[in-house]
Amino acid sequence: MTRTRNADAEMIAPARPRHELMVWEALNLALDHALAADDAVFVLGEDVGLYGGSYRVTQGLYAKYGEWRVRDTPISENSFTGLGVGAAMVGGRPVVEITTVNFALLALDAIINLAAKIRYMSGGQFHVPLVVRMAGGVAKQLAAQHSQRLEHTVMNVPGLRIVAPATPQDAYWQLTQAVREDDPVIVLEHELLYFKKGPFDIHASAPPMHSAAVRRPGAHVTLIAWQRMVDVCLQAADELATDDIHAEVIDLRSLRPIDLPLLVASIKKTHRAIVVEEDCKFAGAGAEIVAALQETVFFELDGPILRVAAADTPTPYNGALEATSIPDAAAVVHAVRRMVGPREE
Amino acid sequence: MQRDLIKQFFYDMLLARRFEEAAAEQYTQGKIAGFLHLYPGEEAVAVGSLRAAEPGDYVVTPYREHVHALMRGITPNAVMAELFGRATGCSGGYGGSMHLFSAEHRFLGGYAIVGETFPLAIGVGYRLAMKQSPDVVLCFFGEGAVNQGTFHESLNMAALWKLPVLFICENNRYQIGTEIHRNSAVTEVYKRGCASGVPGKHVDGMDVLAVHQATQDALQHVRSGSGPFLLECETYRFRGHSMADSGAYRSALEMAELKARDPLLNLRNRALQEDWISEDDIEALFKKAHAVVDEAVRFAEQSPPPTDLYKDIYAQPLDVYRGAP
Ligand SMILES: Cc1ncc(C[n+]2csc(CCOP(=O)(O)OP(=O)(O)O)c2C)c(N)n1
Ligand SMILES: [Mg+2]
Repeated sequence: MTRTRNADAEMIAPARPRHELMVWEALNLALDHALAADDAVFVLGEDVGLYGGSYRVTQGLYAKYGEWRVRDTPISENSFTGLGVGAAMVGGRPVVEITTVNFALLALDAIINLAAKIRYMSGGQFHVPLVVRMAGGVAKQLAAQHSQRLEHTVMNVPGLRIVAPATPQDAYWQLTQAVREDDPVIVLEHELLYFKKGPFDIHASAPPMHSAAVRRPGAHVTLIAWQRMVDVCLQAADELATDDIHAEVIDLRSLRPIDLPLLVASIKKTHRAIVVEEDCKFAGAGAEIVAALQETVFFELDGPILRVAAADTPTPYNGALEATSIPDAAAVVHAVRRMVGPREE
Repeated sequence: MQRDLIKQFFYDMLLARRFEEAAAEQYTQGKIAGFLHLYPGEEAVAVGSLRAAEPGDYVVTPYREHVHALMRGITPNAVMAELFGRATGCSGGYGGSMHLFSAEHRFLGGYAIVGETFPLAIGVGYRLAMKQSPDVVLCFFGEGAVNQGTFHESLNMAALWKLPVLFICENNRYQIGTEIHRNSAVTEVYKRGCASGVPGKHVDGMDVLAVHQATQDALQHVRSGSGPFLLECETYRFRGHSMADSGAYRSALEMAELKARDPLLNLRNRALQEDWISEDDIEALFKKAHAVVDEAVRFAEQSPPPTDLYKDIYAQPLDVYRGAP
């Protein structure tokens, strides 16, 4: 069992603490701290070790913690995710990286049939403190097989927890919390957010892993989003503000559970809501959110809750077509304007 | 061979046979539901192999695992109660026949999706290797599971990182109604680890002494840090695939040939011949097995059902709407 230590690690790893970090750096820091804090934690996945991770998230960790704790795996998604489940059952705290959600389709047996069900099927005797990180979303012209969003696939599975950080601070907090959690947690990352910079305070105290956050307060309409669509909504809100329409932007942060109370509180104020999602509209995550809301706040609403979602197509390769296939700020602005109507005083 | 060990094997197999026949009876009476896969004919595999394991070793099995659970020390009461779906069952009534668990016995479960035991076993093995533990994992599977991708994926990783896993194939020649030569280009399962350099051995799975010896040897290999080993036990199931299957696809001749190799009869004849055991011993063991199983059925029948639908889905109860009305 070789435990290589390498002075380079200190140079490679991001300097810390810092007031601004990129999302990948925040994730890297969370893993570094988790590995340092608990011997049971180990990281595994394709190219996570020597290579440093396809999105740099594990950079420097192999040199620092050695091959048994930062393990490069063969291309065997179902089996290395299942390996994580088995290790978690006997005291390990594995963090599996599946390079992209598209490949996670091959690991759904390990995630859905094993990780999510073992505690229940065993009458509570075994738990599965497993983290599965995966990157998804539409990136830049990666075509249909590399551009999927699979929230809906895992949301419907009792036994799983799902978080979806959109900022460096949340990436650090939520991954840290996920590793400490005794249930399997899916951490959905977004390919276009890894290199997004944002404020970061290592000393700030984390909110609960599953709470949502109001990113921008507003009185006229509630925009509900997660991952990259939060930024799209913030952009739309800026534009709407010039017309004196004030959108409240909520970053859901978690998809199972959903912080319904926060959404309800917002809608009681705005009486209007739109869910903005990067996935296809049909049977997507937004469908659940809208259904749960109409069961709860129907009589507070001035009109139906709408969804602004991706087109019901596989993602095209052509860049211009790809851009039209997912919501942008203009689409959100348009939907809000239609909902709120011309503001004539 | 020590007489005590022979007696133990004989009793184990009698208990196994009687337990499964009782389960079939209870199923027919509607006391046990769901899928019920029974083990008569294959007893020598679980008994021979698991009696060679140490108490600290871990076991992962597919769904035909009542006997494996018994061999690890889970009580017949707890196994039968689980088949009945009762709170006193070894999985609290939440798992059923295909999902027996016991943390105390390091019994990591029966699994119903063919091919799942491989990744789980290498995961346990990975953790053991990380901790440099002397314990090992025994990973059971049917010959049908060998064509699942996880077999090859997991053997590769087990060999690559020299994980302490003993892969034990219970080759009963059938995956439900399809015989091995109709689903596998290579029917000698023990050779199928060759792509990953996993050494393999074939053993007569109707001979409990042979299985026991072969497992001891294989475990020594695995425990010494030499990496995984693949042990193929060639056996036969006397019943259908599950209670839902009559097994009509097998010829009477084939059945008769294999029943003549019944592992219980095998051991009985040999033990009597070698004077390892007496007729009186056999009679006593037979009675004991019957009494234990009768008691297990009685216990199961009188046990309460589980009542909490939402128990143990998460470490703490989780409201997917976080408390909203
Ligand atoms: C992935 C998967 N495919 C199909 C099935 C249905 N199935 C259940 S048992 C079985 C046969 C398995 O044969 P084998 O592995 O030889 O085990 P045996 O039942 O003979 O012990 C099949 C096809 C399943 N449970 N899981
Ligand atoms: Mg079979």
